[in-house]
Amino acid sequence: MELTNEDAAELGRRLAAGELSSVELTRAHLDRIAARDDVLGAFLHVDAEAALARAAEVDAARAAGEELGPLAGLPVALKDVVVTEGVPTTSGSRILEGWRPPYDATVAARLKDAGTVLLGKTNMDEFAMGSSTENSAYRTARNPWDPDRVPGGSSGGSSAAVAGGLAPWALGTDTGGSIRQPAAVTGLVGHKPTYGSVSRYGLIAFSSSLDQAGPMARTVLDAAVLHEAIGGHDRRDSTSIDAPVPPLAQAATEGARGELSGLRVGIVRELGGAGHTDGYEDGVLARVREAVALLEGMGAEVREVSCPSFDLALAAYYLIAPSEASSNLARFDGVRHGLRVGDDGSRDLDTVMSLTREEGFGPEVKRRIILGTYALSAGYYEAYYGQAQKVRTLIGRDFSAAFADVDVLVSPTSPTVAWPIGARVDDPLAMYAADLCTLPASLAGLPAISVPCGLSEGLPVGFQVMAPALADDRCYRVAAAVEAALDAARGHRLLDELAQRAPSGAPA
Amino acid sequence: MTASTHTGERLVDFGEVLTRYEPVIGLETHVELGTASKMFCGCATTFGAEPNTQTCPVCLGLPGSLPVSNAAAIEATIRIGLALGCRIAPWSRFARKNYFYPDIPKGYQTSQYDEPLCTAGHLDVEVDGETYRVEIERVHLEEDTGKNLHVGGATGRIHGASHSLVDYNRAGIPLVEIVTRPIPGTGARAPEVARAYVTELRDILLALGVSEVRMEQGNLRCDVNTSLAPIGSLEWGLRTETKNVNSLRSVERAVRYEMRRQAAVLDAGGRVVQETRHFHEDTGTTSPGRSKEEATDYRYFPEPDLVPVAPDAPWVERLAAELPELPAARRARLREEWGLSATEMAWIVNAGAVDLVADTVAAGATPADARKWWLGELARRANDAGVELAQLPVTPRQVAELTGLVAAGTVNDQLARQALDGVLAGEGDPAQVVEARGLAVMGESDELVAAVEAAIAGAPDVVAKVRGGKVAALGALVGQVMKATRGKADAPTVRRMLEERVL
Repeated sequence: MELTNEDAAELGRRLAAGELSSVELTRAHLDRIAARDDVLGAFLHVDAEAALARAAEVDAARAAGEELGPLAGLPVALKDVVVTEGVPTTSGSRILEGWRPPYDATVAARLKDAGTVLLGKTNMDEFAMGSSTENSAYRTARNPWDPDRVPGGSSGGSSAAVAGGLAPWALGTDTGGSIRQPAAVTGLVGHKPTYGSVSRYGLIAFSSSLDQAGPMARTVLDAAVLHEAIGGHDRRDSTSIDAPVPPLAQAATEGARGELSGLRVGIVRELGGAGHTDGYEDGVLARVREAVALLEGMGAEVREVSCPSFDLALAAYYLIAPSEASSNLARFDGVRHGLRVGDDGSRDLDTVMSLTREEGFGPEVKRRIILGTYALSAGYYEAYYGQAQKVRTLIGRDFSAAFADVDVLVSPTSPTVAWPIGARVDDPLAMYAADLCTLPASLAGLPAISVPCGLSEGLPVGFQVMAPALADDRCYRVAAAVEAALDAARGHRLLDELAQRAPSGAPA
Repeated sequence: MTASTHTGERLVDFGEVLTRYEPVIGLETHVELGTASKMFCGCATTFGAEPNTQTCPVCLGLPGSLPVSNAAAIEATIRIGLALGCRIAPWSRFARKNYFYPDIPKGYQTSQYDEPLCTAGHLDVEVDGETYRVEIERVHLEEDTGKNLHVGGATGRIHGASHSLVDYNRAGIPLVEIVTRPIPGTGARAPEVARAYVTELRDILLALGVSEVRMEQGNLRCDVNTSLAPIGSLEWGLRTETKNVNSLRSVERAVRYEMRRQAAVLDAGGRVVQETRHFHEDTGTTSPGRSKEEATDYRYFPEPDLVPVAPDAPWVERLAAELPELPAARRARLREEWGLSATEMAWIVNAGAVDLVADTVAAGATPADARKWWLGELARRANDAGVELAQLPVTPRQVAELTGLVAAGTVNDQLARQALDGVLAGEGDPAQVVEARGLAVMGESDELVAAVEAAIAGAPDVVAKVRGGKVAALGALVGQVMKATRGKADAPTVRRMLEERVL
């Protein structure tokens, strides 16, 4: 198998064993980026020279006999929402074009300290607002399974990069589904950690009470390893939970054994169940049913649970997230960093700020700023933001009630497979519907993973596993069981089918 | 009777205002805490540093940065609340106050809105022996803004400036806002009550050690609300909020000016515009700022980047128990210790001399002497020089030394005043000045004997009068001797020596 299709775990083993150098591995990915990224649009910034220099450093350290961690020498890609010292960081927006941050996000620093090699910064919907990466101010990212289709979003650059063999794994961020949905539609594993369990310091904020960084990888084990590397308390983030990260890789390894007896699994009726199938594709629901049957086959007890407030999740989310965003994005005023428009000495401050924001923000960002500004306005606050917070509480209660009876909840990750580029750009509500299944866990701050569960119409389908707060290990355990069972039945990984289908260098 | 200012603003005589209107005042006071680091990051808070040298990604609001609360600032706020008799909220939150201005780096100020740390307190202030209770509505914690510097204009104002610079050193310094409830019933004393409130508050903050409270450095900044209602009216009038009131004297002047201005507006049948006004230190006048009626909608909402502050009861109880002696209690204690009447103590307070007298007593002077010097000779000198008592270049220790020299008979009062001249002129401590200027009272030295005998010999007519029974005439001889010795002789001694020789 080509280096660029291998699991990170296998690559790490070879690096540690001296069978492979980091420079060799990094070069393979840079070559792949050079060959494929024109089509895939996965990256916004690649610095090949810096990556190779860093790889050479790690190789030298290894040659000198230094004690290195398991991630040392492994390339990684970071969503461009992650602030990286000295490396351009735009959050997919023109308003930050050219900004080189003077500091590292905690997750970036932790990966640096672990000895990883930064390949580059991945494309994304502007300020993480979107489900297709078509809202990127720079370029459209494409789905390696079908370059005429979206790679999901907002972490679509990360999903395209990892699925397309441009990076072994990547970080994404998830506010309402932005890790899980792109992972689902590209055949990857993506996990949104418990809110507060991974530091937000240095993530350019979209919606502060929802944003979480998490791993996107080719296997459940890889995702668990990457998650362990970035997780844990950070004193720079006040909302960071001071609790140890549960043993995630161990949970993945154990889950892969396929022994789930005693595990209680709840199928959420409101997410694609009876009476709630509007907008869900039959093929998606069929794959999810098969995955549930697999879990039963491994000894899990499956039952249907009802979480009635989930029907309100979309409405609540599209009040809370834009409200916070309207405030978070206020700092982009042209005064201190990034773009400044119209400051020719003839215009006053307000005009320059307005022109900067007019030119610097794209239409979806403006739509959400306006929505959020309205929702927080005097006289409307209670009716909109206040009500949405109450719905959020109710969703949390539905989860608590459900978790009194079951250990995990499952659903499709997204109601559909990847859709054609352009199909939803003029219909924001259709675009928002892609996050229907991922929003409840986001609003409740709970961990949720998406694991591939097969193809529908030749395109990947994601299976979502949700767990109580800080029980991220349950997500990994169940996802690993599904992955192992499907891989065994298929005789190969799902992504291997992509490698056969799309010869490197040419779009399918 | 009305007058006009140079800007054409019509003003009613202060005394006349009160014949028709009743003032209601209110104060919002911002206090920069003296914590070593900023509110939400580890940057230093030193005043006067090079612009933008005390900044980091957090206080510059760089994308991705997050705030972490300064525990010392929260503790200081709770202590202020306790000193003001407030209820300390068991659960409190920060909120974002959203508005665009270059001096707020995030596009919002992290403040508190409907869930402040401290509520419902009070502060009693005294004016002319009358006590006024000022109700405190809330005490909350927020972050200070940066400072805009307008370049190219005439007065550092934005009008006429070619460009503006921003210094973010101040951005993020912990700022406590103390808001009173409206204060009615102060009548003619409204300006003095406002000033006394800020003075008392300043003294409390000093006693707590939470801020340097230097008004000239902006540690303590006041917004003064003033409204007038016709006497007997059940409703209060529309208020103005005067900003930029940055000295105790200005607090008083701002209220006085607004009362006179608003009375003129109301007398003319007009309506007071509810607005923000700016106080001008040089002219003592106010001018309109932005109108509150078209005020910004700040779109407050709970700050999602910070967890709620939940001070637990044992901690708050400990802080309450450890509060230092507050100014009012201290004044009561000192009055008792010094054996003064309430009125005598009030004079000391009004002169701003409590600390000076206390320190002078601590340095060895009797309370009576300390009070006499600070409220007498020294007050006169401060007044002549146009400075505060504490600004005189003489220390309480030096004053105590001076009273000691008088008590020991080394100098008399008149010589002591000359010694004080020397101290104020920077010639050293009183004893040094007495030595250097030769101010010590003369003993029965040869020089004094000679002066006494010369006086007797030079005025035989006076001597005859005295001997003839008019003893009072001896005074002229005493004066003669004092003059001859340039005041250095001790008058009773001179009198005794004259009596010995003449009678």
